[in-house]
Amino acid sequence: MTDTTHEARHIPDRIDTPLRAAIFSWPVLLLVVAIALFVLNSFASPYFLSPWSLSDATFNFTEKAIIALAMALLIISGEIDLSVASIIALASTMMGLALQLGVGTPGLVAIGIVTGLFCGVFNGFLVTRLGLPSIVVTIGTMSFFRGISFIVLGDQAFKGYPASFDFFGQGYVWWVVSFEFVLFLVCAVIYYVLLHRTNFGRHVFVIGNNPMAARFSGVRVERVKFFLFCLTGLMSGIAAVLLTSRLASTRPSIALGWELEVVTMVVLGGVSILGGSGSIQGVVLAAFIMGLVTFGLGLLNVPGIVMSIFIGTLLIFVIALPIVFRMLRERRS
Amino acid sequence: MTLPLPIPKITLSGITKTFPGVRALHEVGLELYPGEVTALIGENGAGKSTLVKTMTGIYQPDAGEIRIDSLPVELPSPHAAFRLGITAIHQETVLFDELSVAENIFLGHAPKTRFKTVDWRGMRERAGKLLGEIGAGHIAPDERLKDLSIANKHLVAVARALSVDADIVIMDEPTAALSFKEIQDLFELIEILKKNGKAILFISHKFDEIYRIADRYTVFRDGAMVGKGLIKDTNQNEVVRLMVGRSVDHVFPKKSVEIGEEILTVAGYCHPTEFADINFTLHKGEILGFYGLVGAGRSELMQALFGITKPSKGAVKIAGEIAVIRSPAEAVEKGIVYVPEERGKQGVIVDLPIFQNISLPSLDRTSQNGFLKLVEEFALAREYAARLDLRAASLDQNAGTLSGGNQQKVVIAKWLATQPRVIILDEPTKGIDIGSKAAVHAFMGELAANGLAVIMISSELPEIMGMSDRIVVMREGRIAAVLENNEELKAEALVRAAAGIGEEAA
Repeated sequence: MTDTTHEARHIPDRIDTPLRAAIFSWPVLLLVVAIALFVLNSFASPYFLSPWSLSDATFNFTEKAIIALAMALLIISGEIDLSVASIIALASTMMGLALQLGVGTPGLVAIGIVTGLFCGVFNGFLVTRLGLPSIVVTIGTMSFFRGISFIVLGDQAFKGYPASFDFFGQGYVWWVVSFEFVLFLVCAVIYYVLLHRTNFGRHVFVIGNNPMAARFSGVRVERVKFFLFCLTGLMSGIAAVLLTSRLASTRPSIALGWELEVVTMVVLGGVSILGGSGSIQGVVLAAFIMGLVTFGLGLLNVPGIVMSIFIGTLLIFVIALPIVFRMLRERRS
Repeated sequence: MTLPLPIPKITLSGITKTFPGVRALHEVGLELYPGEVTALIGENGAGKSTLVKTMTGIYQPDAGEIRIDSLPVELPSPHAAFRLGITAIHQETVLFDELSVAENIFLGHAPKTRFKTVDWRGMRERAGKLLGEIGAGHIAPDERLKDLSIANKHLVAVARALSVDADIVIMDEPTAALSFKEIQDLFELIEILKKNGKAILFISHKFDEIYRIADRYTVFRDGAMVGKGLIKDTNQNEVVRLMVGRSVDHVFPKKSVEIGEEILTVAGYCHPTEFADINFTLHKGEILGFYGLVGAGRSELMQALFGITKPSKGAVKIAGEIAVIRSPAEAVEKGIVYVPEERGKQGVIVDLPIFQNISLPSLDRTSQNGFLKLVEEFALAREYAARLDLRAASLDQNAGTLSGGNQQKVVIAKWLATQPRVIILDEPTKGIDIGSKAAVHAFMGELAANGLAVIMISSELPEIMGMSDRIVVMREGRIAAVLENNEELKAEALVRAAAGIGEEAA
């Protein structure tokens, strides 16, 4: 140590400017993909660019994307909830039961949301209090929640929701802008702030990176995770209200398989499936991309099964891309 | 003497091994003789484990020569060492819990049928025979390893060693997890191995065991060989002196500080398995050293105080008030912080930037109504990075890119930013380079001078004797001695208390 001055050395806060870091980020890549898809779609079909057609396209993804926002936080924290689609089924069934008892629109909405929240509390309790792995717990509750719907409904359906209930899934706030879409944008802003601008969001990242060190740093790991399960349940409840309103009916098979599309959206959005990193911007863009892809393929009359092949391929491609890039870079150096 | 000089089975000479920033072994030598037990003695960090890893082909030495039966050999891999008849039995047996006893014994060299498939029947028979030879006939070859006690797992490891006709058997602290009865059984087994002409290297911290079983000793200190000879020609005091050796002459910046009022009182503190009946007090401005062997319960005690594990009994008072601490979050609120030994796993979050690591427990202060304020966060990180003389390119750099020493500074900075009353440092300089070591020592002295109460766990004698005001020695989960650290305190007294050796006429 031959420092003549004993003054502490100056360490700059940052070397990479935020701008430079932003240009090479995953969300920017997604944005490029989204624009490319938009242009492709407009060439593929003359109907695509009409405002009503674009508005219709948003219904394809807003309900799933609303859940994906909360799911992103949960996956960043290192957990997962595979029961979200079943929560929709249960929440929708509860609303249907309430409808049979003559409950009005405000009551139906409240019951849908509270049922979702309650399911989230149940998942959170099993994972954080009993220390069970979330993938196992939520595969279990996935069958359990939807199972209740099947017992209640059998092959029947609840119908006859009041006209005032239609607004949530079918209403427009202004011109072609639907209530669902506005709600999604508002939620996206709230989740952006929560994840990227608050102490709570910082704790989510810390826990996902290293739960042990988080605990050793005084972070209340279990409490944060419990809250995240509640949030995911809550958002599933909200999605249940929207979807039930849009379909104007409840069947036990409602939203079947959505959990995989929600997880795909989150992973496509750049959230590490191992936890610890990701962004809300990425998830929002991924939601748009999946919406554009499904809608574009729909305009081209591509059957549903081909769409699911396409989405599966997209998912593998997206996960493999960064790894392939890293391998190429290593080979060069 | 008229007896012919015995010829060593294996000879190591001039072995040097360097890790970045640390010289683990410097031109050390070791000989093992057939039919004899050689004890390898040294403090933690003296280089014993590195030597074992060199002998078993896990590490490649930078320089030096290994000869077996006077012929030079290369040990490029663990498999090569195994084939040359070197086998090691570790403190934690490296065996496979889900496999059967017989499979564990013959893993990698299972007897084959003429169709080149595993000869299961032959394997079971030979396993049974081997176990019988070492007095472990009660273990069935078909049993799953996970259903065995630790002592029985050791026996399986020994059987594995014998199954390849290993001539050189290394036992790395084999008794650490064993009961008294099991240790006696192990010693009988070692006698059998000796009669069979095996050359045995026995590593232990427990002097009574060394004197009971070993024929020769070799002492390591700071990566160098400092003494060797026949056990019968020496006594415990002599060996302890060799092991401690150097006078504690490193420059440690322990300032003499006015010891202030009592800040932490621990009374009748117990844990179901790790420690019992712990009583001590800690004062402002004091550095309280905790010395003991690995496994003496020091870290477990501190982690209970920090709220990681639950004690079963006892009371903790902070500044005279009873404190109930059920989680690290509560400990931090009450002013107790803990710098863990497992820096990479429990200390820093390697994939997050330095400033986020430092601000983590202080986010409440750097934020407004729960919303982050990056400017304040950077200001806090800058202040504490400067106080600890952190060496980094930027505060936005991931903590994992720093050297071990600088990572440790990040952990300490993180805790100081919370303005704690008691800071617990668990092996604070383990595995870090000399420069950072000095910085951490200097800083600890400064903290105490500023009135902070410091607890330091260390297994390094110079560190503990150079830094502490008082030293608590723990042995097997209990406090064995509390010693004032003054000129009269001898390192030998600490080692004796930690190992449980009575005072001898010197």
